[in-house]
Amino acid sequence: MEDMSRYPLELTGADVPMVRFMNVTKRYGSLTVLDSLDLDVTEGEMVTIIGPSGSGKTTVLRMLMTLETINGGVIYVDGKPLTHMAKNGVLVPADAKYLRRARSSIGMCFQHFNLFPHMTALQNCMEGPVQVLGLSKKEARARSEELLEMVGMIDKKDQHPSRLSGGQQQRVAIARALAMRPKVMLFDEVTSALDPEVIGEVTNVIRKLVSEHNLTMLMVTHQMGFARDISDRICFFFAGKIEEQGPPDALFGSPQRDRTKQFLSAVKEAD
Amino acid sequence: MLDWRWDFTFEIMPRMLWATLNTLMAAGIGYAIAIVLGLVLALAQRTPYRPLTFVVREAVEFIRSTPLVLQIFFVFYVGPQYGVTLSPWVAGMIAIGLHYAAYLSEVYRGGIESVPKGQWEACTALNMSTAQTYFRIIIPQALPLSVAGMGNYLVGIFKDTPMLSVIGVAELMHAANAIGGQHYRYLEPYTIVGVVFLLISLPSAGLIRAFEAWVRRKLGMS
Amino acid sequence: MSYLDFLAEHGGRYIDGTLITAAQFLLAAVLAILLALIAGLMKLSANPIAKGVAVTYIEFFRGTSLLVQLFWLFFVLPLFGITFDKFTTGFIAVGLNLGAYGAELVRGAIQSVPKGQWEASYALSMSPATQMRRIILPQAFVAMLPPWGNLIIELLKGTALVSLIAVSDLMFEARQINGSTYLSAQAFGTALVIYYVFARLLVTPFMRWLERTMRRRMGRA
Ligand SMILES: Nc1ncnc2c1ncn2[C@@H]1O[C@H](COP(=O)(O)OP(=O)(O)OP(=O)(O)O)[C@@H](O)[C@H]1O
Ligand SMILES: [Mg+2]
Repeated sequence: MEDMSRYPLELTGADVPMVRFMNVTKRYGSLTVLDSLDLDVTEGEMVTIIGPSGSGKTTVLRMLMTLETINGGVIYVDGKPLTHMAKNGVLVPADAKYLRRARSSIGMCFQHFNLFPHMTALQNCMEGPVQVLGLSKKEARARSEELLEMVGMIDKKDQHPSRLSGGQQQRVAIARALAMRPKVMLFDEVTSALDPEVIGEVTNVIRKLVSEHNLTMLMVTHQMGFARDISDRICFFFAGKIEEQGPPDALFGSPQRDRTKQFLSAVKEAD
Repeated sequence: MLDWRWDFTFEIMPRMLWATLNTLMAAGIGYAIAIVLGLVLALAQRTPYRPLTFVVREAVEFIRSTPLVLQIFFVFYVGPQYGVTLSPWVAGMIAIGLHYAAYLSEVYRGGIESVPKGQWEACTALNMSTAQTYFRIIIPQALPLSVAGMGNYLVGIFKDTPMLSVIGVAELMHAANAIGGQHYRYLEPYTIVGVVFLLISLPSAGLIRAFEAWVRRKLGMS
Repeated sequence: MSYLDFLAEHGGRYIDGTLITAAQFLLAAVLAILLALIAGLMKLSANPIAKGVAVTYIEFFRGTSLLVQLFWLFFVLPLFGITFDKFTTGFIAVGLNLGAYGAELVRGAIQSVPKGQWEASYALSMSPATQMRRIILPQAFVAMLPPWGNLIIELLKGTALVSLIAVSDLMFEARQINGSTYLSAQAFGTALVIYYVFARLLVTPFMRWLERTMRRRMGRA
């Protein structure tokens, strides 16, 4: 068993990060997917994770969304533990009730959208605010329509997902996640399942989010140009570890590590 | 050889039609029980509580692989042995409802399991509770996938109602047996029973398909 | 009276009944499989008469209840001058009924064999019969085995109805014992357990074994 006394019950001080991965380990059976990961994301920061397939990028986001349990370390959100809760002065693994409360500040968009097929675009957006946040239908509708307007989907608000293109579905999915007013947004390869000609409509929405909202964002993408444009910081993952990280221009312009250079040149060739 | 008597046919017709209503009622009540109880059995098998899922799983297997007619006798006769007397209707509805609940729980289970994993994950990302996830997102999607199976078992339960005659539920078969015994004529009553079953179950396949399409449309899924 | 005493006293009758049930089960299964094959193939035939006969048989026996069919065969058929003893009537009714369901499985499985297989065997100038026997049926057989596993369990359960025309099967013995002892839980409970053991410990494992063997033979293991 891990000695939990080294992890604080709460993060305090002047610059508490919005998200902190502290010594986080994730294993599937005997395969260690993430190895003692330390990663801080400050409030309002846009961090993009890049790296080869299987390096653990998706796993980082899924752990933060509490879709995966972790095998070691602690994740903090807004200073409070996410994966653990305090009991008799030490951290113990969080129970379902605690998890549910703790994860409420996090929202996520998926590669395959995962819209609810039996609900219209508007109903998809209203579902969380009404059912989970307890908003009135009227408030939820106003909030959802505003967001659908923002992502350019207000015209299609009464369509079911099966009637929408991939790009349109993904924009609704972004509005749906934002309707919960998360403090942290996670984007896992949100353009990977899209046809090339509609990728722009989704990346433009994310650009807008970055410039107009003070959201903390963690994104996984294979679109290097887009990542370079909008990120505050790039983390290059390799075999479950952060191999190199830094501001986009530094990391793309003058990578320091051999593996980073190899990866970036391989990606460039493929483009 | 064969002498079909129309006068006799018409004479027993009112009684047979009345019994047909009872047959439909038995199928309807039994099915209503099965629909609800089947969902309970399906959801019970998805709880993280291992002993419960194991017991329910085994019970469903047991019910599915033993004869309904024997289960009907069991429910009807075991009560009195311990001082609880059930009327034929009550015992019959419990037995047939439970039997088909076991079948329907498998239909639901299949439906729930074919809802993509991403739907569950989206619910987590929207911070929905387990109950909200099931009742608002998963079950509405599992339903259209289950409609065909549910429809088949509705026809199935209807065709199994004659077994209720063994404990004296006054449905079609029971009426036919009684008439046959009174008049020593079996040709007409048993043939009428067969014809009624054919007339009701033959169009059912088409109706089920139409209903399935309607449900999907209603939920905007096609 | 303890349950062991109960078994000691009535165990013999349960064994006798189980043997009759087993015989009914086997005979009905053979009949059902034969009828399913014949009717399934006939339904796919281009000959409208063959097809019509198959469709009528299938719809008629799937559209009415086994119990109704059993009673009709038992009480009405003699009026046409056709008389079987009750044992024979029993397994014929069960076999006829389940054969109709099986025919649909046969038809579905044959239709699920990819078109390329028909074309390839056609290109080898095989006769339609050879094509069916050597190429299509073996593949269809593997595809339909899993649903047949369920159908065979239904067939076993169906045999319990023959007790209602006084064939002295397991169900019949259970009722007799119940009638003479009034120990309903023991009388019917024992029979339920025997049916369950029969289904889960004999029939299902056999069908699984058959599935595995057939798949291996087809090189799909
Ligand atoms: N449920 C699981 N069970 C077992 N192994 C898993 C599971 N999920 C992920 N993995 C493994 O964990 C490793 C990291 O997976 P992850 O999905 O995080 O990679 P990724 O960096 O997102 O890759 P990609 O670019 O292909 O999406 C991979 O080796 C993957 O095979
Ligand atoms: Mg990934």
